[in-house]
Amino acid sequence: MKRPRIDPMAQRFQPGDSVRVRRADPPGHVRTPWYIRGHTGVVERVCGLYPNPEELAYARPGLPAQPLYRVRFLQRQVWPGYSGGARDTVDIEIYQHWLDSA
Amino acid sequence: MHAHPDHDHPHPPDDDDALTYYQAMEVAVRELLIEKGVFTADEVRRQVEDMDSRTPARGAKVVAHAWADPTYKARLLADGNSALEEIGLDRGPYKLVVVENTPAVSDQAPVHNVIVCTLCSCYPRWLLGLPPDWYKSRAYRSRMVREPRAVLREFGLELPEEVVLRVHDSTADMRYLVLPGRPSGTGGWSEERLAAMVTRDCMIGVAVPTCVTQDASPRGT
Repeated sequence: MKRPRIDPMAQRFQPGDSVRVRRADPPGHVRTPWYIRGHTGVVERVCGLYPNPEELAYARPGLPAQPLYRVRFLQRQVWPGYSGGARDTVDIEIYQHWLDSA
Repeated sequence: MHAHPDHDHPHPPDDDDALTYYQAMEVAVRELLIEKGVFTADEVRRQVEDMDSRTPARGAKVVAHAWADPTYKARLLADGNSALEEIGLDRGPYKLVVVENTPAVSDQAPVHNVIVCTLCSCYPRWLLGLPPDWYKSRAYRSRMVREPRAVLREFGLELPEEVVLRVHDSTADMRYLVLPGRPSGTGGWSEERLAAMVTRDCMIGVAVPTCVTQDASPRGT
Protein backbone atom coordinates (compact mmCIF):
# COMPACT_ATOMS: atom_id res chain seq x y z
CA MET A 1 0.00 0.00 0.00
CA LYS A 2 1.33 3.44 -0.86
CA ARG A 3 1.70 5.80 2.02
CA PRO A 4 -0.25 9.00 1.46
CA ARG A 5 1.91 12.02 0.69
CA ILE A 6 2.24 14.18 3.74
CA ASP A 7 3.84 17.53 4.40
CA PRO A 8 6.84 16.59 6.55
CA MET A 9 6.73 19.94 8.32
CA ALA A 10 3.10 19.76 9.38
CA GLN A 11 2.61 18.55 12.92
CA ARG A 12 0.45 15.46 12.69
CA PHE A 13 0.07 14.50 16.35
CA GLN A 14 -1.16 16.11 19.54
CA PRO A 15 -0.48 15.27 23.18
CA GLY A 16 -2.58 12.23 24.10
CA ASP A 17 -2.51 10.73 20.59
CA SER A 18 -1.67 7.06 20.30
CA VAL A 19 1.30 6.47 17.99
CA ARG A 20 3.29 3.48 16.77
CA VAL A 21 7.02 3.66 16.11
CA ARG A 22 7.94 2.42 12.65
CA ARG A 23 9.69 -0.91 12.55
CA ALA A 24 12.46 -0.03 10.15
CA ASP A 25 16.19 -0.54 9.95
CA PRO A 26 17.66 2.18 7.76
CA PRO A 27 21.43 2.60 7.72
CA GLY A 28 23.07 5.72 9.08
CA HIS A 29 22.78 7.97 12.11
CA VAL A 30 19.36 7.07 13.53
CA ARG A 31 18.17 8.52 16.85
CA THR A 32 15.25 6.13 17.30
CA PRO A 33 16.40 3.44 19.75
CA TRP A 34 16.17 -0.10 18.43
CA TYR A 35 14.29 -1.35 21.48
CA ILE A 36 11.29 0.90 20.87
CA ARG A 37 10.72 0.22 17.18
CA GLY A 38 7.31 -1.34 16.55
CA HIS A 39 5.95 -0.28 19.95
CA THR A 40 2.89 1.85 20.63
CA GLY A 41 2.87 4.79 23.00
CA VAL A 42 1.12 8.07 23.72
CA VAL A 43 2.39 11.54 22.78
CA GLU A 44 3.41 13.24 26.04
CA ARG A 45 4.31 16.58 24.49
CA VAL A 46 5.30 18.27 21.26
CA CYS A 47 8.90 19.47 21.55
CA GLY A 48 9.01 21.69 18.45
CA LEU A 49 10.64 21.55 15.03
CA TYR A 50 14.20 20.22 14.73
CA PRO A 51 16.48 19.54 11.75
CA ASN A 52 16.55 15.83 10.97
CA PRO A 53 19.65 14.35 12.68
CA GLU A 54 19.79 11.57 10.10
CA GLU A 55 20.69 14.29 7.57
CA LEU A 56 22.73 16.53 9.89
CA ALA A 57 25.09 13.63 10.58
CA TYR A 58 26.17 13.74 6.93
CA ALA A 59 26.66 17.52 6.84
CA ARG A 60 23.36 18.12 5.08
CA PRO A 61 21.00 20.81 6.37
CA GLY A 62 18.36 18.40 7.72
CA LEU A 63 15.57 20.58 6.37
CA PRO A 64 12.64 20.82 6.41
CA ALA A 65 12.79 20.54 10.17
CA GLN A 66 10.79 17.67 11.62
CA PRO A 67 8.30 17.86 14.46
CA LEU A 68 9.83 16.12 17.49
CA TYR A 69 7.66 14.46 20.12
CA ARG A 70 8.15 12.97 23.54
CA VAL A 71 6.31 9.66 23.48
CA ARG A 72 5.46 7.73 26.65
CA PHE A 73 5.50 3.93 26.62
CA LEU A 74 4.42 1.49 29.32
CA GLN A 75 7.46 -0.49 30.42
CA ARG A 76 5.46 -3.72 30.73
CA GLN A 77 4.54 -3.46 27.06
CA VAL A 78 8.11 -2.74 26.00
CA TRP A 79 9.92 -5.42 28.01
CA PRO A 80 8.47 -8.91 28.40
CA GLY A 81 8.77 -9.88 32.05
CA TYR A 82 9.36 -6.29 33.25
CA SER A 83 9.52 -6.59 37.01
CA GLY A 84 8.65 -3.03 38.10
CA GLY A 85 5.32 -1.30 38.65
CA ALA A 86 2.47 -1.65 36.13
CA ARG A 87 2.44 2.12 35.56
CA ASP A 88 6.19 2.55 35.06
CA THR A 89 7.04 4.28 31.79
CA VAL A 90 9.88 5.08 29.46
CA ASP A 91 9.61 8.46 27.70
CA ILE A 92 11.52 8.86 24.45
CA GLU A 93 12.05 11.67 21.95
CA ILE A 94 11.00 10.55 18.49
CA TYR A 95 10.90 12.49 15.22
CA GLN A 96 7.63 12.54 13.33
CA HIS A 97 8.85 10.55 10.32
CA TRP A 98 9.27 7.56 12.67
CA LEU A 99 5.66 7.68 13.88
CA ASP A 100 2.33 6.42 12.54
CA SER A 101 -1.12 6.78 14.05
CA ALA A 102 -2.06 3.78 16.18
CA MET B 1 59.99 1.18 42.81
CA HIS B 2 62.95 3.44 43.53
CA ALA B 3 64.75 4.97 46.46
CA HIS B 4 64.57 8.60 47.52
CA PRO B 5 67.10 10.09 49.88
CA ASP B 6 64.33 11.03 52.33
CA HIS B 7 61.63 8.44 51.77
CA ASP B 8 61.06 5.01 50.27
CA HIS B 9 57.73 3.87 48.93
CA PRO B 10 56.24 2.31 45.82
CA HIS B 11 55.00 4.64 43.08
CA PRO B 12 52.23 3.75 40.66
CA PRO B 13 53.47 3.58 37.07
CA ASP B 14 53.21 6.82 35.11
CA ASP B 15 50.03 7.14 33.09
CA ASP B 16 51.74 8.26 29.90
CA ASP B 17 51.29 5.33 27.54
CA ALA B 18 51.11 5.88 23.80
CA LEU B 19 48.19 7.99 22.55
CA THR B 20 45.11 6.16 21.35
CA TYR B 21 44.01 6.60 17.75
CA TYR B 22 41.46 9.29 18.64
CA GLN B 23 43.78 11.10 21.04
CA ALA B 24 46.38 11.33 18.31
CA MET B 25 43.75 12.55 15.86
CA GLU B 26 42.58 15.23 18.32
CA VAL B 27 46.13 16.51 18.81
CA ALA B 28 46.80 16.51 15.07
CA VAL B 29 43.58 18.34 14.15
CA ARG B 30 43.99 20.84 16.99
CA GLU B 31 47.57 21.65 16.00
CA LEU B 32 46.59 22.06 12.35
CA LEU B 33 43.71 24.40 13.21
CA ILE B 34 45.99 26.50 15.40
CA GLU B 35 48.63 26.57 12.65
CA LYS B 36 46.03 27.72 10.12
CA GLY B 37 44.93 30.48 12.49
CA VAL B 38 41.36 29.18 12.99
CA PHE B 39 41.83 29.59 16.73
CA THR B 40 44.69 30.02 19.16
CA ALA B 41 46.06 27.64 21.76
CA ASP B 42 44.93 30.07 24.44
CA GLU B 43 41.36 29.96 23.12
CA VAL B 44 41.39 26.16 23.33
CA ARG B 45 42.73 26.32 26.87
CA ARG B 46 40.10 28.88 27.87
CA GLN B 47 37.34 26.72 26.42
CA VAL B 48 38.57 23.68 28.37
CA GLU B 49 38.82 25.79 31.52
CA ASP B 50 35.28 27.04 30.98
CA MET B 51 34.02 23.48 30.47
CA ASP B 52 35.71 22.33 33.65
CA SER B 53 34.18 25.21 35.60
CA ARG B 54 30.66 23.94 35.01
CA THR B 55 29.58 21.92 37.99
CA PRO B 56 26.38 20.46 39.43
CA ALA B 57 26.28 23.49 41.75
CA ARG B 58 24.53 25.35 38.93
CA GLY B 59 21.75 22.78 38.78
CA ALA B 60 21.51 22.73 42.56
CA LYS B 61 20.95 26.48 42.57
CA VAL B 62 18.04 26.01 40.15
CA VAL B 63 16.50 23.25 42.27
CA ALA B 64 16.86 25.19 45.53
CA HIS B 65 15.26 28.27 43.98
CA ALA B 66 12.37 26.18 42.65
CA TRP B 67 11.84 24.73 46.15
CA ALA B 68 11.86 28.18 47.69
CA ASP B 69 9.58 29.85 45.13
CA PRO B 70 6.58 27.87 43.78
CA THR B 71 5.93 30.41 41.02
CA TYR B 72 9.53 29.97 39.83
CA LYS B 73 9.02 26.21 39.90
CA ALA B 74 5.98 26.58 37.64
CA ARG B 75 7.99 28.67 35.18
CA LEU B 76 10.89 26.18 35.34
CA LEU B 77 8.62 23.26 34.47
CA ALA B 78 6.99 25.24 31.65
CA ASP B 79 10.19 26.62 30.06
CA GLY B 80 13.45 25.39 31.56
CA ASN B 81 15.78 27.55 29.47
CA SER B 82 14.07 30.85 30.27
CA ALA B 83 13.99 29.90 33.94
CA LEU B 84 17.78 29.41 33.87
CA GLU B 85 18.25 32.85 32.38
CA GLU B 86 15.97 34.34 34.97
CA ILE B 87 18.47 33.48 37.73
CA GLY B 88 21.52 34.51 35.74
CA LEU B 89 22.53 31.14 34.25
CA ASP B 90 23.32 30.36 30.62
CA ARG B 91 20.13 29.25 28.86
CA GLY B 92 22.24 26.61 27.08
CA PRO B 93 22.40 25.19 23.57
CA TYR B 94 19.60 22.63 24.04
CA LYS B 95 16.01 22.75 25.15
CA LEU B 96 15.86 21.90 28.85
CA VAL B 97 13.03 19.66 30.04
CA VAL B 98 12.65 19.63 33.82
CA VAL B 99 10.86 16.58 35.23
CA GLU B 100 9.55 16.77 38.77
CA ASN B 101 9.50 14.03 41.37
CA THR B 102 6.12 14.36 43.04
CA PRO B 103 4.70 12.91 46.26
CA ALA B 104 1.40 11.04 46.53
CA VAL B 105 -1.48 13.52 46.37
CA SER B 106 -5.06 12.21 46.87
CA ASP B 107 -5.58 9.87 43.88
CA GLN B 108 -2.20 10.68 42.25
CA ALA B 109 0.56 8.13 42.72
CA PRO B 110 4.01 9.42 43.62
CA VAL B 111 6.37 9.80 40.66
CA HIS B 112 10.13 9.34 40.46
CA ASN B 113 12.13 10.33 37.37
CA VAL B 114 15.51 9.14 36.14
CA ILE B 115 17.54 10.14 33.10
CA VAL B 116 19.54 7.97 30.70
CA CYS B 117 20.84 8.33 27.17
CA THR B 118 20.74 4.84 25.69
CA LEU B 119 22.30 5.93 22.39
CA CYS B 120 25.33 7.84 23.68
CA SER B 121 25.81 10.22 26.62
CA CYS B 122 23.47 13.21 26.14
CA TYR B 123 23.56 15.27 29.33
CA PRO B 124 22.90 18.92 30.25
CA ARG B 125 26.62 19.70 30.41
CA TRP B 126 26.21 23.48 30.44
CA LEU B 127 24.18 23.07 33.60
CA LEU B 128 25.74 20.08 35.42
CA GLY B 129 29.23 19.83 33.94
CA LEU B 130 30.60 16.60 32.54
CA PRO B 131 28.56 13.44 33.12
CA PRO B 132 29.94 10.80 35.51
CA ASP B 133 31.74 7.90 33.86
CA TRP B 134 29.04 5.40 34.82
CA TYR B 135 26.45 7.51 32.95
CA LYS B 136 28.35 6.76 29.74
CA SER B 137 28.86 3.06 30.48
CA ARG B 138 27.10 0.47 28.36
CA ALA B 139 25.81 -1.23 31.51
CA TYR B 140 23.99 1.89 32.77
CA ARG B 141 22.71 2.84 29.34
CA SER B 142 21.23 -0.55 28.58
CA ARG B 143 20.09 -1.63 32.03
CA MET B 144 18.47 1.67 33.09
CA VAL B 145 15.71 1.19 30.53
CA ARG B 146 15.44 -2.60 30.85
CA GLU B 147 15.54 -3.01 34.64
CA PRO B 148 15.63 0.48 36.16
CA ARG B 149 14.50 -0.55 39.62
CA ALA B 150 17.33 -3.06 39.93
CA VAL B 151 19.84 -0.41 38.84
CA LEU B 152 18.44 2.13 41.31
CA ARG B 153 18.70 -0.50 44.05
CA GLU B 154 22.40 -0.87 43.23
CA PHE B 155 22.71 2.91 43.67
CA GLY B 156 21.08 2.47 47.08
CA LEU B 157 17.66 3.78 46.11
CA GLU B 158 14.82 1.37 46.85
CA LEU B 159 11.57 2.58 45.26
CA PRO B 160 8.31 1.28 46.71
CA GLU B 161 6.12 -0.55 44.18
CA GLU B 162 3.45 2.19 44.29
CA VAL B 163 5.88 4.82 43.03
CA VAL B 164 5.51 5.37 39.30
CA LEU B 165 8.99 5.25 37.80
CA ARG B 166 9.52 7.31 34.67
CA VAL B 167 12.73 6.66 32.75
CA HIS B 168 13.54 9.43 30.29
CA ASP B 169 15.67 8.31 27.36
CA SER B 170 17.48 11.43 26.16
CA THR B 171 17.65 10.44 22.50
CA ALA B 172 17.52 13.67 20.55
CA ASP B 173 17.33 17.44 21.04
CA MET B 174 16.08 17.72 24.63
CA ARG B 175 18.24 17.68 27.75
CA TYR B 176 16.82 16.72 31.13
CA LEU B 177 17.03 17.81 34.74
CA VAL B 178 15.27 15.96 37.54
CA LEU B 179 13.65 18.29 40.06
CA PRO B 180 13.75 16.21 43.25
CA GLY B 181 11.20 16.55 46.01
CA ARG B 182 12.13 18.88 48.85
CA PRO B 183 12.93 16.84 51.95
CA SER B 184 10.73 17.42 54.95
CA GLY B 185 12.28 19.19 57.90
CA THR B 186 13.85 21.88 55.73
CA GLY B 187 11.31 24.64 56.33
CA GLY B 188 12.90 28.05 56.65
CA TRP B 189 16.25 26.92 55.24
CA SER B 190 18.17 29.36 53.08
CA GLU B 191 18.54 28.58 49.39
CA GLU B 192 22.27 28.04 49.92
CA ARG B 193 21.61 25.44 52.58
CA LEU B 194 18.97 23.77 50.43
CA ALA B 195 21.28 23.71 47.42
CA ALA B 196 23.98 21.92 49.43
CA MET B 197 21.67 18.87 49.66
CA VAL B 198 21.12 18.69 45.90
CA THR B 199 23.84 16.52 44.42
CA ARG B 200 24.52 15.60 40.80
CA ASP B 201 23.01 12.14 41.29
CA CYS B 202 19.76 13.65 42.62
CA MET B 203 19.43 15.65 39.40
CA ILE B 204 20.04 12.54 37.26
CA GLY B 205 17.53 10.68 39.41
CA VAL B 206 19.66 7.84 40.82
CA ALA B 207 19.42 9.35 44.32
CA VAL B 208 17.16 11.62 46.34
CA PRO B 209 18.26 14.49 48.57
CA THR B 210 18.32 13.67 52.24
CA CYS B 211 18.05 16.01 55.16
CA VAL B 212 20.66 15.06 57.72
CA THR B 213 18.93 16.17 60.90
CA GLN B 214 21.63 14.78 63.22
CA ASP B 215 23.84 17.64 62.07
CA ALA B 216 22.51 20.37 64.29
CA SER B 217 25.40 22.72 63.70
CA PRO B 218 24.31 25.85 61.85
CA ARG B 219 25.48 25.95 58.25
CA GLY B 220 25.46 29.07 56.15
CA THR B 221 22.97 31.83 56.77
